[in-house]
Amino acid sequence: MFPNVLNEPPQQFKIGFPDEYAPGVDERWKDRFGIWVVRTPSDIVQEAGGFYALISVCTHLGCTPNWLSAELKFKCPCHGSGFRPTGVNFEGPAPRPLERARIVLADDGQILVDKARKFQFELGQWADPESFLRV
Amino acid sequence: MADTKIVTPKEGALERSWNWLTETQVWKSVFRHNAPITDRNRVLVVLSNVFLHLHPVRLRKSGVRLRYTWCMGGLSFFLFLSLTFTGVLLMFYYRPTLEYAYTDIVGLREHVPLGIMREMHRWGAHAMVVTVWLHMFRVFMTGSYKPPREFNWNIGVIMLVLTLLLSFTGYLLPWDQLAIWAITVGSNMARATPFMGSEGPGSALLMLGDVRLIHAADDARFALLGGTFVGEGALLRFYVLHCVGLPLAIAVLMAVHFWRVRKDGGISGPV
Repeated sequence: MFPNVLNEPPQQFKIGFPDEYAPGVDERWKDRFGIWVVRTPSDIVQEAGGFYALISVCTHLGCTPNWLSAELKFKCPCHGSGFRPTGVNFEGPAPRPLERARIVLADDGQILVDKARKFQFELGQWADPESFLRV
Repeated sequence: MADTKIVTPKEGALERSWNWLTETQVWKSVFRHNAPITDRNRVLVVLSNVFLHLHPVRLRKSGVRLRYTWCMGGLSFFLFLSLTFTGVLLMFYYRPTLEYAYTDIVGLREHVPLGIMREMHRWGAHAMVVTVWLHMFRVFMTGSYKPPREFNWNIGVIMLVLTLLLSFTGYLLPWDQLAIWAITVGSNMARATPFMGSEGPGSALLMLGDVRLIHAADDARFALLGGTFVGEGALLRFYVLHCVGLPLAIAVLMAVHFWRVRKDGGISGPV
């Protein structure tokens, strides 16, 4: 019941250089790795400019929300939970904000994202330096 | 049927060949009794036939009254048989892989004669859930779960769960958006399994030094899905469970269930 090998996307991956990303929500890795890369001029917790990686799993029951660029929100199609670009929930049944993944700069200057390490807002973990990449 | 009478055969050509036929070794090897025209022979018919012997030779008048039993147990069994039949036919056409699963289901609508088979399977499955619940409701309201039938009630509760699991596993197989997200939501419940689920109570106690023994890649949900999300592994596992594992389990329990109905005094009567 427990195979030794899994054909699943890696938990840790490089997503290119910081200057390849414009400000705002970037959807290019959503299908492959299940994350949104967000570049913000000022983060609500870190109060600095930089990057964070939101994990695209709704905190209600685990569906994948859609990014609605016109309304500037993530909207889950299953039960209607809504999240701000920061990941904070503001409507629907989701009980807590989306989770952020570890995001650091690799040795070669690329951004490295590690989904195995998750940061939850309600536990105060978004203040962790590895949950946010200052640029 | 009190006024039955024994007909003495006239010695016409037809009767002569009938008499010859019923005296042959082949006929006698198949039929161990004479025509069911006496009470004794009717009992022999029931006792010597593997299918008929599931029924008692005698039962209470209330046992055949539709108002009392609603025939819901029998209907559940009938639906199980028809689901098995249509399910086997569907297995000829359906391939449980990411590449083919959805298109095979869509193709079933057009590509095969009697494309109605999938509809029969789907609606039959819904109907079976309804009849199983109503059967349980009837058994409860008539007090038929009381001694000496407590054991059989428990067998029935397990079969109710198996019926729901059959519905749940079958729900994934069309592999459309509804299926994938429904199973994503449903299987997330397994995360909360006590001790065996990565987010369940007690699982954090199972530590080896600093290492958690139960985490997202080895907990109950993982064993169910064969992965950390609903993907290829989940589709194959649900297919095997749906077509082999759960039907076998429920078939064995049905045999026990029917057997115990007889052994516990037949269909219960009105008080």
